[in-house]
Amino acid sequence: MSALIQVKNVTKKYGGLTANNDISFDVAENEILSVIGPNGAGKSTLFKMISSFTPTTSGEVLYSGERISNLKPHIVARKGIVRTFQETTIFKSMTVRESVVVAQHLRATASLAGYFWGSKAAKEDVTAFGQYADELLDFLGMSKISNEQASNLPQGNLRALGIAIGLATDPKVLLLDEPFAGMNHDETMHMVDLVRSVRDERGVTVMLVEHDMPAVMNISDRIVVLNFGEKIAEGTPSEIQNNEKVIEAYLGSVDDEIGM
Amino acid sequence: MGIGIFLFAIFVGVPIIIGATGRWDFYYTLTSVALLAIASAGVWLTFYIGRINIGQGAFALIGAYVSAILVVKAGWSFWISLPAAGLFAAVVAILIGLPILRLRGVYFAMITLVLTQVVTLTALALPITNGAKGISSIPLPTGVSLFGIPIIPNFASLENTKLAFYLTACVLMIVTYAALYRLVNSRLGHLCRSMQQNEELASSIGVNISYIRIVIFAISSFFGGIGGAMFGSIAQSVYPSSFQVADSVNFMLNCFLGGLGYVFGPMLGTLVLYFGWDLLFEFGKYQMLIYSTILIILIRFLPNGILSLRLGKGDKK
Repeated sequence: MSALIQVKNVTKKYGGLTANNDISFDVAENEILSVIGPNGAGKSTLFKMISSFTPTTSGEVLYSGERISNLKPHIVARKGIVRTFQETTIFKSMTVRESVVVAQHLRATASLAGYFWGSKAAKEDVTAFGQYADELLDFLGMSKISNEQASNLPQGNLRALGIAIGLATDPKVLLLDEPFAGMNHDETMHMVDLVRSVRDERGVTVMLVEHDMPAVMNISDRIVVLNFGEKIAEGTPSEIQNNEKVIEAYLGSVDDEIGM
Repeated sequence: MGIGIFLFAIFVGVPIIIGATGRWDFYYTLTSVALLAIASAGVWLTFYIGRINIGQGAFALIGAYVSAILVVKAGWSFWISLPAAGLFAAVVAILIGLPILRLRGVYFAMITLVLTQVVTLTALALPITNGAKGISSIPLPTGVSLFGIPIIPNFASLENTKLAFYLTACVLMIVTYAALYRLVNSRLGHLCRSMQQNEELASSIGVNISYIRIVIFAISSFFGGIGGAMFGSIAQSVYPSSFQVADSVNFMLNCFLGGLGYVFGPMLGTLVLYFGWDLLFEFGKYQMLIYSTILIILIRFLPNGILSLRLGKGDKK
């Protein structure tokens, strides 16, 4: 297993507040790696730095040995590292299918001018995008809602839509920000299967930030634990469950949260 | 079908009606509407990427001056100065857009509002624009022939220049809206919609949002420059006051009134707004009061514009 993404000594400071302090870890190709930690541990900030949505204060993130931190988000997305969002960040007044079609923007072979004049390549693209959108929505079990306006969808579907939009870009690495938040047990288990099939069938490396411990333990190959901006542990789910520091960090809530 | 009726109405219907009634002044009014609609189309396009543009007057003024200077001082044909004016406005838009397009909402709106004033003041100050005296007695557009075949007649030799300008303005307007319609329904338009709805998500799927913003702002200002240049040619003069802040605001209102969700919204908005103002002329000093009240009511009860009334049938997007 070779390291696909290397996080090297990454630090992020907002004024006097240190959101992430000297964090290093590797993500192997085809791995599902979760980043967990109590609220305010700096998980989301770390994700923003990996996807270049925010610059690092020091340190760097490498993808296949190439630096991807402190670039523009769209450039990182073009390299194949695509994030989804924590909140319901969607294209509100587009339908599910339209969102997935527009998200395939990076796969376009024709130029913008080609689309304007309706060139042959552009027409082929449009057909291909439509087909792939249908295929992808079918894969995600969302065919039924493909013509629904995104703003009308319930929360569970919105997260699936977020993943669909992310997948439509044909990523190498997908960063999922709290994909299970606000879901009941059945929905979570469905999503766990979905994320796993994204990795198994599409060869996408998945990183996720999540609070739902049973789901994290179920889905992850490895886990990185943050607390107050520091990395306090890294390992397989069973290693993490028995790690003193992790138990300490979660204090009295050990029992419910880690599910031991 | 609807488009056919529309084309027939403006190219055949209007000249017949005007010929029958003898209201030749209507040509000037309708020409103005067509040209203002071109500039408004640009404003509408910036709305499409989620930016409120109250600076189109600046680009219209730039276009008018560029065309006037090229025709009067450099002796260019008007027909070459017209695209040149549009391109110059687009280049200016790129230079101005680079720093300001990252602003959103009211901040962007405020800066564009100031822009018109800045261009007016610049026109007053620069020697080439001739200060407050402006540039007057611009010659009418000359003829164009390709391989000896006349394509566009010399306007100065025409009996009815009003009709000629009317037809030119209508052709320009139709080309503008056809291009706009095409753009909105092509991939660029889809990317604009994605940016308008969520810039973060758009950049996460690899859309270079700053690049697209610049491209759109440049196209928008190109339309402004074209509209302004044509206006200058019809009036045969350009002054720093030719386009003022009020004009910039009107361009924006045209879009609001017609409907931001419809490509042809600004066209209808311009027509209604322009004629609405004229029709209220007989109310004298109450003209502005009535006009504003109607506008407020319209925006209050038809927030999506006049075209939203036909949403039920809605085939145009």
